[in-house]
Parts: sequence; C-alpha cells; structure tokens
Amino acid sequence: MTNRNTLGEDLAKMLKGGVIMDVVTADQARIAEHAGAVAVMALERVPSDIRKEGGVARMSDPLLIKEIQAAVSIPVMAKVRIGHTAEAMILESLQVDFIDESEVLTPADPFAHIVKTQFKTPFVCGATNLGEALRRINEGAAMIRTKGEAGTGNVVEAVRHLKMINKEIAELAHWQGPKLREYATAERVPVELVELVRAAGRLPVVTFVAGGIATPADAALLMQMGAEGVFVGSGIFKSADPAKRAAAIVQATTHFTDAALLAEVSEGLGEAMVGQEIETLSLVMQGRGI
Amino acid sequence: MIVGVLALQGDVSEHRKILEQLGAEVSEVRTVEDLQNIDRLVIPGGESTAITKLLASTGLDIAIVKKYRAGDFPIFGTCAGAIVLAKTVLGKNAPIPLGLLDITIDRNAYGSQHQSFETPLTITGIKRPVTVRFIRAPKISSVGKKVEILASDGALPVLVREGNLLAATFHTEVTGETAVHQLFLDL
Repeated sequence: MTNRNTLGEDLAKMLKGGVIMDVVTADQARIAEHAGAVAVMALERVPSDIRKEGGVARMSDPLLIKEIQAAVSIPVMAKVRIGHTAEAMILESLQVDFIDESEVLTPADPFAHIVKTQFKTPFVCGATNLGEALRRINEGAAMIRTKGEAGTGNVVEAVRHLKMINKEIAELAHWQGPKLREYATAERVPVELVELVRAAGRLPVVTFVAGGIATPADAALLMQMGAEGVFVGSGIFKSADPAKRAAAIVQATTHFTDAALLAEVSEGLGEAMVGQEIETLSLVMQGRGI
Repeated sequence: MIVGVLALQGDVSEHRKILEQLGAEVSEVRTVEDLQNIDRLVIPGGESTAITKLLASTGLDIAIVKKYRAGDFPIFGTCAGAIVLAKTVLGKNAPIPLGLLDITIDRNAYGSQHQSFETPLTITGIKRPVTVRFIRAPKISSVGKKVEILASDGALPVLVREGNLLAATFHTEVTGETAVHQLFLDL
C-alpha cells in the first residue's frame, strides 16, 4: 500500500464521466476523439474479432500505437497480457498514458500479475469482485474496471461484476476487526487496504465498467448503478454507424438519468453489434487472471 | 451562495468535496436549467475535447457566456477548465473554447502522462507554499494585458486571474488542498 501511483489515479479521475473507446486504426481514433471519447484504447483486434479469429492475442505492434498517438490529443491506452512485464515495459517506453493489463489478451503468466508499482505509467485492471479489485490495487493498479465479458455485446456480466463489487463493499460496513482480517487473509491483501475501503465505502481508485457495452442504454444503466465511466470495446466499430453510436454513448454516459435524451440519442443508430449469449461462448475471458 | 460544478465530464466529485469543506452549497450543472440558480461556476479537470462537445450539445456554451456577460458570475477553470475558458487554444485537434479569458493555452504541452508531476507552488494571496499536481497539463503561452499572474512554475504562468475569471493549469482538488478554492470563493 506504500506505492500508490497517485498521479495515475489522478489521471483516472480526469476521465470520470467519460467513455474510453477501443480503436484499431488511427482513423478510428480520430472518429472516437471527434465523438467525445475521453481516451482511446489502441489495439490490433477488438475483442469480438479475437473471439472469432482465435489464436494468441498479444500486445499491439508499437507502430500502430505510435500512429494512434500521433492522430489524437486525448490519452492513449494500450493492452498487455496478464503478467507480461516485458510488454508493459515496451508500452511504457512508448509513453502510452495508461496500460490495461487485460484478460482480453491471452494471459502470459499463470501465477502472477505484473508488479505495477515499478512503473510510472499507470495501470487499469479488470475485476469481477472486490477481492480481485483489491489484489490489483495492492499490486499498484491506478484504476479498476469490471471485466464483463468482452466482445459479446452482452452487458449482463459487466452488471454482475459492478453489482458484486458494490455489494461486497456494502457488506464490509457491518464487519469488525477479526472478520476484516480474515477476509484480507483469504483475499491475499493487506488488512489496511480493506479498512480503507470500509471507511470510504468505495474503492480507493476510480472504477469504470467494461465488457459487453453496446448501446447508449447499456452505458446509462451502468452509470445509474454507480459506474464512474465506461469502456466500449467492439460495441462501436462493429456497429453500422460508429461515429453516430460513439457520440450517442458519450451523451448517454453524461446524461444517464435523462430519459428523453436517452430516447433521442438511441434513435436511428442502425444495427448494433451482433450479441452473444454468455452460455454459448467457447471462450470465457473473465476467468483469466488470479 | 450556490456554487455550480460543471458535471458533463471530469473530476466533479473532487471539486464538490473541497467546496463543501469550505462551507459552500454545491449544485451540479448538466443542463441550461441547472445554470439558473447558481452564483458561481467551477469547470473541472477532464478532457477538454469531450467537455466542449458536451457544452455545445447542451447549449451550455452559449448560456454560460451569456450569464457571465450579464455580470457578477465568477468562474474557475482547472486544467481542462482553463482550456474551456481561454480565448485561444493551441495544439493538435484543439477544441473550440468559450473564449472568455484572455490567454493563449497549449493543450498537453508537457507531453503524455509520463510528464505529469507534483510540485510546491508559491501563490499570490496564499501565505504558505501549496502542493499542486499537473496531470497531462496545458501550458499558458501568453496572457492579455488585463490578466494577472498569481503563480508561475519557472517562467510559465500556471494560475491566472482576469476580473471574475480564475484559471489554473494544475489540480489541487485531487490532493484535498482547499486554499486555491478559497481564493476563488473570495473573488
């Protein structure tokens, strides 16, 4: 707990209330910025294509990341495989603004995640529950996002993970010393971190949602549940009219309680990405990581 | 006195907390109607490209300028907020600002997140040094004749005032520091 990346946590605070969009080309990055994205996630294949095409999914080509950095003025994030410290070193040398240690890529280390405290570049990590979020924060993550189930266009898992984290934080309020220590031991995190969450009634870092968000209504739903912002992966550039859908999701994330506005921006967006039932998936990404 | 915090995107809750600590009543501003009852406005840190688009789509851009010109409506912009207030914005894909504050500001001029930093500052009107954070900050490259420089980092102006307008290229709301917000409430 001694080595929090406070400058990185602050950058995450500046992204709040915003939408971070997956992009695979500089042109898509420009569309995202123009639509009002607060950051872009530079990657070679969006999650739905990783699902479709299979194979090992790795960090993107540095050339692609540089092209995207040159195209936009907003922060550029990029993904590394879970536990792949060398990929993270490469992204740090490229001066990306945030590194996503992501279950969407094929994990590199079955035993450990990256020790994130050794980097100046802040990290965002996925979580499905409170214990997982706390392990990542203890490793130095400056921002947490739900894992959801990426590339499905199905929001149910992002809802599950956000509700699970919120429910577990609420439960902490009723616990005293011994039970808190027991929980900390079981989750392999310092009890001080658990106490910090208990006192604040929230995670100590900004918490976004990710995984399966495809419509303005999806974004609004999760913001209503307490998300502080939204990642949209395949949902935008796998839809019929990416520019229009991107702008609509930005509007919905800001005005998430305004029903009339949500109706207006949801109108005539064209086909959303094709969604998938979680039960039919041959690859479940949310279980990756420890 | 009710202080509005522009809540389209950015570190809204951090500003809110500091203002409430100083005893201000705080109201979040997302629509033109939300502007009616407030006496002051804070434009938070965030992404200026996103904030300016949302200002335009809500009509808040025109409404804020109108309310400011009607008089007695102080505005404080931090980082992205300073960009939003500026007359001229430089840099790649620069957004269209409100054009109220006579400064030229260069977005992300320090570079990426790698160049973000924390430093103590001496600020006119505050007796002790204040720790501030620059997060992918802009640089104020020139100021108009009526603009007063309240703090500089080296040769760069980082806190400026023109009449009822206050703009900082740094953040203190993220550290729990209240002094700069008090300066704003005293305008």
